[in-house]
Amino acid sequence: MAYISSGVACSHVPALGVASDSGISNDDYYGPIFKGFEFSKDWMAKEKPDVIFLVYNDHCTAFDARVIPTFALGCAAEYAPADEGWGPRPVPTVNGHRDLSAHIAQSLVLDSFDITIMNEMEVDHGLTVPLTMMFGQPEQWPCPVVPLAVNVVQYPAPLGSRCYALGKSIRKAIESFPENLKVCVFGTGGMSHQLQHQRAGLINSAWDERFMNLLVNEPEKGSQIEHIEYMREAGSEGIELVMWYVMRGALNDKVNEIHRFYHVPASNTAVGHLILENN
Amino acid sequence: MTIQKPYDDIPGTIIFDSQQAAKGYHLNQFCISLRLAPNRDAFKADPENYIDQFPMTSDQRHAALNQDWNRLLELGGNIYYTSKLAAYHGINFQELAGLMTGKGSTAYREMMISGGRSIEGNRYQSEWDDK
Repeated sequence: MAYISSGVACSHVPALGVASDSGISNDDYYGPIFKGFEFSKDWMAKEKPDVIFLVYNDHCTAFDARVIPTFALGCAAEYAPADEGWGPRPVPTVNGHRDLSAHIAQSLVLDSFDITIMNEMEVDHGLTVPLTMMFGQPEQWPCPVVPLAVNVVQYPAPLGSRCYALGKSIRKAIESFPENLKVCVFGTGGMSHQLQHQRAGLINSAWDERFMNLLVNEPEKGSQIEHIEYMREAGSEGIELVMWYVMRGALNDKVNEIHRFYHVPASNTAVGHLILENN
Repeated sequence: MTIQKPYDDIPGTIIFDSQQAAKGYHLNQFCISLRLAPNRDAFKADPENYIDQFPMTSDQRHAALNQDWNRLLELGGNIYYTSKLAAYHGINFQELAGLMTGKGSTAYREMMISGGRSIEGNRYQSEWDDK
């Protein structure tokens, strides 16, 4: 049977993709950030998941204002990197896992999560930047990816508690898939940041630290954090952090924190990163 | 049931909720159209004619053509959309934040390198009113 071995939390700041693609990831500005992921690349090379289940948000790329699904599950054979306005990122096409996606789609709806099914979808930096941070610049991504896009652009995003419950439902789905697959779950986005209007540039490192501590050690409590707290304390775009709770819900109640990295800034954003293993 | 907006007292922040999204629909669709090169070319060739395909209000149209970034958000724009209009003008996310905050690129970048805008004094509108 398929099983979940680990979880990764990772910011998906677009500037990190640009830094990697344009060869400036070792400069004074980006160097310290990429250094924080060196451990992670080594860990990933040993972990060798068969599939990554990747929770991210689309930034008006696959979904513009016409259609805004709260949860959209990728069920395609492959996902092409999208043109976000300056040409597609020069990274490999992301291969999907159709059988696993189809199984999860069916299992989630029967478990009361009425997700949207995407049989064709381009993916933006929200999905490709975490792959870059964890794998570097390979010719091909080393394993297939099942993407889950979460609306965090138009208020309200799904509640943290709902994301946490969805994670548990995803775990049930994966553990009932008959093939023997090792799955690593990514929760992406965050940490504190505000991109808009006069309060842009807000960073709240103390809150970010508390958020990570709760996520790791007291997820039930942390999943109750209300939207107003995310927006006020972590910035209007900090609400992306609810997506980390999908990942956390898919793991055991008790996990081992293998790695933590935190850095300010990348462009407008605090970068946060965790590796958690089921024990 | 009245929709509660407990976020209205966060200073310098426009939460892109359902009402803002409804108000800004055509404005945002205009901005996102610039994601694709042929549309950018058409806008460049004839800005007024191109923008008139999108039935937005005259205020929105004026703010879009005049790069009034904060006003665009107040009129229903969302940052992930308006940033495409900014990208069209060669302005990246950090430069756009420099403009919206009134700090300018250099001072804004310096603020971020020094740890960003502190949360202290920036949680409630009343804290800004006192200044």
